[in-house]
Amino acid sequence: MGEDNKSIVLESNKNASKTLIEGRVQLPFKKAVEMSYANLKIRFWRSIITSAGVMLGIAFLVSVLSSSSILNALKGGEDVVGEAQQIWIVGMSLLVCTVGITNSLLMSVTERFREIGTMKCLGALDRHIVELFLLEATFQGFIGALIGALVGLLSTMLMFMFKYGFGVVLSRLPVLELFKSVLFAVITGTVLSIAAGVYPAYHAAKMQPAEAMRTEV
Amino acid sequence: MSYEMTVQTRGVRKEYVMGTVTVEALKGVDIEIKRGEYISIMGPSGSGKSTLFNMIGGLDKPTEGNVFIDEVDVAQLDAYELAWLRCRKIGYIFQTFNLIPVMTALENVTLPMVFAGLSTDEYIEKGIRLLETVGLGERVTHKPTELSGGQQQRVAIARAFANDPAIILADEPTGNLDLKTGKEIISLLKRMNSEQGVTVISATHDLKMLDVSDRIVWIRDGRIERLEDRANIKLEVGVVEGEDH
Repeated sequence: MGEDNKSIVLESNKNASKTLIEGRVQLPFKKAVEMSYANLKIRFWRSIITSAGVMLGIAFLVSVLSSSSILNALKGGEDVVGEAQQIWIVGMSLLVCTVGITNSLLMSVTERFREIGTMKCLGALDRHIVELFLLEATFQGFIGALIGALVGLLSTMLMFMFKYGFGVVLSRLPVLELFKSVLFAVITGTVLSIAAGVYPAYHAAKMQPAEAMRTEV
Repeated sequence: MSYEMTVQTRGVRKEYVMGTVTVEALKGVDIEIKRGEYISIMGPSGSGKSTLFNMIGGLDKPTEGNVFIDEVDVAQLDAYELAWLRCRKIGYIFQTFNLIPVMTALENVTLPMVFAGLSTDEYIEKGIRLLETVGLGERVTHKPTELSGGQQQRVAIARAFANDPAIILADEPTGNLDLKTGKEIISLLKRMNSEQGVTVISATHDLKMLDVSDRIVWIRDGRIERLEDRANIKLEVGVVEGEDH
């Protein structure tokens, strides 16, 4: 946030002789992290529900991805599920997870439009608001997606273990592929959360403060 | 650097587009507000007083016309300058208090000082002092939901004064309060006005405000109907009251 600390000289500005601006507003990064952490902590149950939305979407995605790769490994490479059908299933589960995550994050941000308008009245820059919501969405999205991925993976593995026996499944576990699925899902969940959480915050920050405070969602 | 006029508007018009209908909320308003004045913008609801309030405070852009604060055209400011103006020059008070719900009274009051770049020690100390000034020294760690309406508005007043602004803008500050609490809030604002010389501009239809105002701007149908000095007010209160209902 270095540039914020410079005081600006407005002599070259349109209004050369008259200036009322003597410095710049700022929000130190440490303070921003503190604020977004406090926000999540205080709205604990609201944050949990939002994260649960992310978690469920990702758990579903991971279970679809991992069950197809475990099934392929068990059947020794022969394609159990047709290629086209598999793409369709994964595509659908991605869609479901996108809608779920976007919905959770959109709701949690739009209900705070008035707060965004108020912050702007107190001197926040658009950038500060985006930064706060970006931090929150990243925390929520990453943690939700990570837990979701683990839940999805473990439940799928358990399901196959009960069906085919523990030893069989463990010995043929396609570790690398599962790891890739988890990684893919965590990244997907985090990116979707950030996109769905930051876009409406950016939109509200761009509005005139009076407009943002008027907006009822 | 002192200016006679702290706020000036020139031919301010504002239109809102609502679906297919365009509503003209302000139809060309010119006012000049002097430094240190306590001025009330009065008018029935829907008269455009909140719109005018938003224009003066740089919270919304006029469709036409200019707003000058300390002789600087607000429309010419970039995002950084505008944020600085809102942060340091103007303190806002709203009818609905607009405290940040998850923050304590102290955190709400200190937020503008964080943006202004004060150090932690400085803003904590000043925040406590401000809350003491408004009579909430015992309630610094309370959340807005744990405070009554009058107490929330006091926190909002302390927050508005955080960066020693030159102008306090209050939009219906007593609108959501009972009679007695409303009076307390008005006298608190008046006290700050006379002690610190800050300009108070208040949009209201609360007649209790008449008593403390230096001047009153009457707005009707998006236009200034008349401007009155305090000296002439008391005689007319009876008439005014009849008119307003």
